[in-house]
Amino acid sequence: MSSTILIFHLLKRLEATLATNEQSFVNKLWDFFCSLKLTLFLLFSLALTSIIGTILPQGAVPPEYIAQISPTKFQIYSKLGFFDMYHSWWFITLLYVFSLNLVCCSIKRLPHVFKFISEPILVLGESARNSHPLKKELKYSGSIEKGKERLVQFLQNEFSTPVITEQNNEFHLFAQKTAWCRLGVYVVHFSILVIFIGAIIGSLVGYKGYVAIVEGTSVNSIDGKNGQKIPLGFEVLCEKFNVEFYSTGAPKEFRSILTILENGKPVPGFSKIKVIVNEPLTYKGMTFYQSSYGQASEGGEHTITVTPRNGGTAEKFVVHEGESKTLKDGTTFTVLEATPEVRQFAPGFSGPAARVQVTRKGAEPQIFVVFKNYPDVNAARGDALVFGYEGTDAKQYTGLQVAKDPGVWVVWLGCALMVIGISVAFFMSHKRVWVVVSPGHIRMYGNASKNQAAFLMQFEELSAKFQELKI
Amino acid sequence: MTSSMLFNVTTFTYLISMIVFFAFLASKNKTLGITGSFIAYAGLAVQTVAIALRWKESYDMGVGHAPMSNLYESIVFFSWTIILIFAYIDIRYKYRIVGAFVVPFALLGMAWAQLGMNTGIEPLVPALQSNWLLYHVITCFLGYAAFAVACGISIMYLIKAVVESTDSSTPAGGLMSMFPPLRVLDDLNYRAIMIGFPLLTLGIITGAAWANYAWGTYWSWDPKETWSLIVWFVYAAFLHARITKGWVGKRAAWLSVIGFAATIFCYLGVNLFLSGLHSYGSSKM
Ligand code: HEM
Repeated sequence: MSSTILIFHLLKRLEATLATNEQSFVNKLWDFFCSLKLTLFLLFSLALTSIIGTILPQGAVPPEYIAQISPTKFQIYSKLGFFDMYHSWWFITLLYVFSLNLVCCSIKRLPHVFKFISEPILVLGESARNSHPLKKELKYSGSIEKGKERLVQFLQNEFSTPVITEQNNEFHLFAQKTAWCRLGVYVVHFSILVIFIGAIIGSLVGYKGYVAIVEGTSVNSIDGKNGQKIPLGFEVLCEKFNVEFYSTGAPKEFRSILTILENGKPVPGFSKIKVIVNEPLTYKGMTFYQSSYGQASEGGEHTITVTPRNGGTAEKFVVHEGESKTLKDGTTFTVLEATPEVRQFAPGFSGPAARVQVTRKGAEPQIFVVFKNYPDVNAARGDALVFGYEGTDAKQYTGLQVAKDPGVWVVWLGCALMVIGISVAFFMSHKRVWVVVSPGHIRMYGNASKNQAAFLMQFEELSAKFQELKI
Repeated sequence: MTSSMLFNVTTFTYLISMIVFFAFLASKNKTLGITGSFIAYAGLAVQTVAIALRWKESYDMGVGHAPMSNLYESIVFFSWTIILIFAYIDIRYKYRIVGAFVVPFALLGMAWAQLGMNTGIEPLVPALQSNWLLYHVITCFLGYAAFAVACGISIMYLIKAVVESTDSSTPAGGLMSMFPPLRVLDDLNYRAIMIGFPLLTLGIITGAAWANYAWGTYWSWDPKETWSLIVWFVYAAFLHARITKGWVGKRAAWLSVIGFAATIFCYLGVNLFLSGLHSYGSSKM
């Protein structure tokens, strides 16, 4: 019997120990996630690990890079997710722990802050008074009742309306300004979570893609990231594409003229819209950004003329890019590439040009550029055959980046909150003034949460006026 | 008169200012301190005119744009912002000697730009033809400049801390008596970062807004973007370290120096060593 009691007793003890252990374990975990040490650890970890992705190539790893490093290294890096590190499990985990740290820390501290704001210290205790850095004392011989009234008036005029407490035959006046600015830091922290939420929305329901549209044609779908076609639900027509250059040959403007078609008809207000870099077109939440261009290779034909230098009639050839033609004398030529505007490659020249390779019978191949607008340059080569370029009927295409991101407004909201929160946290301060009216003297104390130097000046100004009070 | 001449005058003025500040350090003559500050302000005024003139010159050339579009123009602007933030701290807190540790940064920038770089005005490539460029560059560089000032102050802190701990016998005399007390340096460091951090935050946000506007993505983990975030993390760590026990003083000063090193890497290192969308002068659209 006694042994059963003993066992029962022991079990009870065990249970209690387990419970307290569990309790203390949960407490420890909670403290861990609330701690600022964890915050520092996370901030340093994020800063240090982020460096990896700025050194190693991200996304599609170029073959030249793989050739450079050893296969084991490549394997290790791939396993660790270093080639897409900002989306790797460990980086995302760091961000989750970061968010958890923020949430726990705020849950722990916010109630205290609210209490601090809503239930301020109305009466400064004796020890707090003695150790207070900012204080001013006045001799006073009148009744404390009258002194109180006069000082309430004074604080009302010079600082803010005080709360009055009577205690131990003393009057305690308390006045404060902008107590709410203590919440600024929490707005900053909250804003980080809002930005994360916006990013998550974007990654869940937004997408990015690319589309190339040949001049004069339209498309009704775009290429998604993984190569799948994403239907647009409307059509985009490229009316025209144009590049302009500075005289130095540097590009000045890439310009697409786009029209949105619904059921084959132009949408009013979305007809012949100019889209250039830094000026995209947005329709139904989808934004089209100018990103690249080129010559549509299919079907484009180039007209090349060949004239014997010693007189004789010019012969015309119509060829595709990469196609070879053989002349009567056995000379072969190939159009290697062509451009409608040569300026970016050859400053000082403009207009269409083609790079051709000419192989005279029994001789080494020669490669040179022929210009449409500069036949003299073509002739100046001094060869027996003068090549000319008359241009092409090849169409250009415009390359457009397409993006849809409904989360972006949440991100901007977060950014706005962050800027507001930081401004409040850094540039505003919770200022408090206590006045104790006792028989024989009046004492004033001050405190500010931020920017002590500025408050010191304000307090001194207040003290000077306080000193001048005729009471 | 051309902007280029005025930039040379600016460089020379900052050189004189620095020399006067060093003389102030050596002689403890108060007038020299005030003179050093005023010479720096004069340089700032000349540089302001020069930047405005260069802006106008670009319009006269028919390629008008704000002078912040390539490495040369950005480093000139960086020097200007450093002296501007220094002037603010100098007027507000009146610790003149800080100039001896901050003006050299601006001088270094100007000397490098004037002596080692192509100073020609170039037309803007399409990617930079946006008003966002202005907002983005101004906020970023004002932030960087505040971090430069904080770094100068932290170097003063570290020097003073080391000297005081090695020869405690002469606390009153010596060069160190010219330095503000450690407590004040620590506080100034914090204040400079309190200016820089919101500006860097704005710089990153305007950059994201521009990227979203021009490319449809507010964040693409481009090396420059990532490095600006790394800098931001370091200074966020600095701010939180202050409210943790044991992280003020020396450690905070080191953190500020590390933060500025990261800032410089973000500004120059990324362009020199890493590739990305931000490389100035690349013909990417
Ligand atoms: C895990 C994440 C974070 C946690 C747990 C955390 C926690 C805290 C805490 C407890 C404070 C002190 C509040 C007080 O004065 O009582 C604080 C201040 C602050 N935090 Fe955070 N924080 C985090 C991340 C960040 C980040 C990423 C930023 C970046 C903007 C930030 C900005 C600030 C600012 C500006 C202050 C005010 C510092 C000052 O007054 O000097 N926090 N944070």
